[in-house]
Amino acid sequence: MSKFKFKRNEKTPEVSTASLPDIVFMLLFFFMTVTVMKDDALKVVNELPNATQIKKLEMKDRVITIYIGKPAKPYDETLGEQPKIQISDRFVSIAELGSTVLEAINEKPEPIRAFVTISLKVDKKASMGLVDDVKDELRKINALKINYTTYEGDALRNSEN
Amino acid sequence: MASREEAPQVNAGSMADIAFLLLIFFLVTTSIETDKGLKRMLPSESTSPPPPIPRRNILPILINAQDQLMVNNEVLEFKDLKMVTIDFLDNGGVSIESESYCDYCQGARDIKSSSNPDKAIVSLMSARETTYGVYITVQNELVAAYNALRNREAKRLYGVDFTALESLYVDSKTSLKAKATLKKKIRSIQKLFPMKLSEAERK
Repeated sequence: MSKFKFKRNEKTPEVSTASLPDIVFMLLFFFMTVTVMKDDALKVVNELPNATQIKKLEMKDRVITIYIGKPAKPYDETLGEQPKIQISDRFVSIAELGSTVLEAINEKPEPIRAFVTISLKVDKKASMGLVDDVKDELRKINALKINYTTYEGDALRNSEN
Repeated sequence: MASREEAPQVNAGSMADIAFLLLIFFLVTTSIETDKGLKRMLPSESTSPPPPIPRRNILPILINAQDQLMVNNEVLEFKDLKMVTIDFLDNGGVSIESESYCDYCQGARDIKSSSNPDKAIVSLMSARETTYGVYITVQNELVAAYNALRNREAKRLYGVDFTALESLYVDSKTSLKAKATLKKKIRSIQKLFPMKLSEAERK
C-alpha cells in the first residue's frame, strides 16, 4: 500500500504570478527613492570629469550650481560652439554672472547665506579660460567656497575622449 | 438572486502592467545626479602684493594649451605628479638647529627643495586653452598627495586615516561630542600639512 500516488495524468501546475505586482512595486519604490529629479533642464553639454579624492556635497539647499559647456543640441545652431555658462535654466554672460549668483544667494534664507557653496559643473572638454573668468567673478562677489563637481573614477583618464 | 452572490473579484492581473509602466517612466525621466566633488576655497581679492617667497619653497606646476604638464621646468607625466608633490612637501630641508625644522618629515631633506610643509607652496598655472578635464586631473593628484601625507600623520598620531576622520566628521550619525574631538584631530593634522595651493594670475 503506497501512500504516494503518481498523478501522471495531471498537468504541471502553473507558476503563480500573483506576487509579480509586488516585486515590480518593490523595484518601482526603489527607483523612486534613489533617483533625484533634475533641478535644471540642461542646455549645455555637461560631461563631468573623473576624480578620486572627492567629498560629498553636504546639504543641497546651500548649493548653487553653475554649468559650463558647449551649448547642447537645439541651441548650438544659434549660439555656436564656444562654451557657455548656464545658471538655473538660462544662459548667463560673464558680465552678468556676479549679479546672477548674488541674486541666487539672496533668495536663500538669511542664516545659511554665509555657507553657500558654488558647485561648478564643467564639461571636461571645456577650456580653462572661461572657468578662470568665472572664478575671478566669484572672487569679486566674495563667493569663495566652490566645489568642482565630478564623477568618481580614475582621474588619469580625463584626457581621453 | 444576484444580490446573494459574492461580489465579483477585481482582476489583479493587469496590476503588474500598470506598475511596469510607472517603473519605466521613472527609469527614463530620472537620472542619478552626482553630488560629489573636489572642495576648494578661492583666495579672496586682495590688492596688496604677496610677500616674497624663496624659490625653494615653491613647486611650480604649469599646464600648457596642449595639455602638457611641466613641473620644476621639466616635462612630467600626470601619473608621476603625486609622487613629485609628496617629495616636495615632505622634504623638510633645513638643519635640525633651525626653528622651522620639520621633525615629522620623512623626505630627502634636500636643501634645494622646500624647507617645511608649512612654508611649501604649490603654484598651479594653466593656459586659457587648457582642457578642464586635465586641470581636474592635476587638482585631483595634488589633493591625493596632501591626503597621502595627512593619512600618514593621522595613522602615526591617532591610528586612523585622515580621510576616515573626515568622513566620520561629516557623518550625521556621529554625536556632537565626538565631532568636537574629531574636529580637533582634523585641525591638528591639517596644521602639519596645510594645503597651500596658489593659482597664479595668468600672464
